[in-house]
Amino acid sequence: MPPILEIRDVSCELGGRPILRRVDLTVEEGETVVLLGRSGSGKTTLLKTINGLVPATSGEIRFEGRAAAQWDSVAMRRRMGYVIQDAGLFPHWTVEANIGLVPRLEKWEPARVAARVETLLDAVGLPAAEFRHRYPRELSGGQRQRVGIARALGADPPLLLFDEPFASLDPITRYELQRQFLDLRRSVRKTALFVTHDVREALLLASRIVLLHDGALELVATPEEFLAAKTPEARAFLASLEQSGRPN
Amino acid sequence: MNPSLWTEILSLSLQHLQLVGITIAIASALALPASVLLARRPTGRRWVLGFTNIAQTVPSLALFGFLLPFIGIGQPTAIVALTLYALLPIVRNTLTGILGVDPAVRESALAMGMTPRQILWQVELPLAIPSIVAGLRIATVTTIGTATIAAFIGAGGLGVFLVRGIAMMDKQALLAGALPAAAMALAADEGLEWIERKLSPA
Repeated sequence: MPPILEIRDVSCELGGRPILRRVDLTVEEGETVVLLGRSGSGKTTLLKTINGLVPATSGEIRFEGRAAAQWDSVAMRRRMGYVIQDAGLFPHWTVEANIGLVPRLEKWEPARVAARVETLLDAVGLPAAEFRHRYPRELSGGQRQRVGIARALGADPPLLLFDEPFASLDPITRYELQRQFLDLRRSVRKTALFVTHDVREALLLASRIVLLHDGALELVATPEEFLAAKTPEARAFLASLEQSGRPN
Repeated sequence: MNPSLWTEILSLSLQHLQLVGITIAIASALALPASVLLARRPTGRRWVLGFTNIAQTVPSLALFGFLLPFIGIGQPTAIVALTLYALLPIVRNTLTGILGVDPAVRESALAMGMTPRQILWQVELPLAIPSIVAGLRIATVTTIGTATIAAFIGAGGLGVFLVRGIAMMDKQALLAGALPAAAMALAADEGLEWIERKLSPA
């Protein structure tokens, strides 16, 4: 079986400025790959080239063994869940309508959508009876983000993309959500790409950490290897960690 | 007041309403689809907004005068001119509503695999509705006021009383035109505000 995602020699320029420089990365099924980097390192752009929100200037991206150019972009995106900071929920839809979006787009039977919504609310720790009819404005930041994750899982996509989903949460809620993420990963065994600038979050969640610096990959390592890494950007991140104490 | 004045107020009010109704119907039929198209076309947007802005700055009496040689005296000229005025608030508010949708919401809609058409109908337009209705409200209220001037070119309506009142320095005629027009504007404002609240999605 081919790897779920292959990124080959991908570069990206926006307005003549290079954002990504010849990135190579292969993601295998079941991995949680964390894209770590400081602001402007290109990590979010890399994530968005994968679902085609930002076009790569050169190079090739293959998803499920097929080149992106051969995919219908709408069909491809429905197989990639997407979670962003502050969730980006549809404010005029209830929690239920938000989570059921992709199943509805895929023309599931209403009863099947309803059952799926219930399962997903349960999976992210929100009692369905209490939450399904609420609107996003009636939720806390952490609850909104849980709904955002449930929405991304909607039609059971093989790949999940997370763009700094927990960055604007308070530290306690963030920690709860990180725990939830790990629980979910155990129960649904999904492949995930997770963008963050938080090295603790990377060490906690990643099966592999991909460190980006100035648009290029500086290091690909497991969390254990990362802790011993000697590259300049890795050391910079580790130094910031020592300043504020070890994780956990 | 004699009873014939009341019948005249009633019939001119109805004529006035008709003038406003036709104008708003035509202006909406033009402005709403145009705004939806323009929402994705920044260049076209600048041109159309520029044009509607200029139309707005021409004094209404002058615009009626300009149109007379082409369309002649009467209701059609009034409706063309009033429609030109009504376009701007509807176009501007519809565009503001669509373009004002939170970029994060639009981005997640796209990333979740919605097509541009689905994003327009299921996300952008529902979220723009309060703004669209607000535009219709402004257009309706200003049309009710401006339509009084249409009497000067023989289009009828409550302005007939105003023309007569000014010509004959007749306070009663002025009030017979001004009060129903003001009442109509207030009622339209309240009514559309109510609809605006009812349709607000969140």
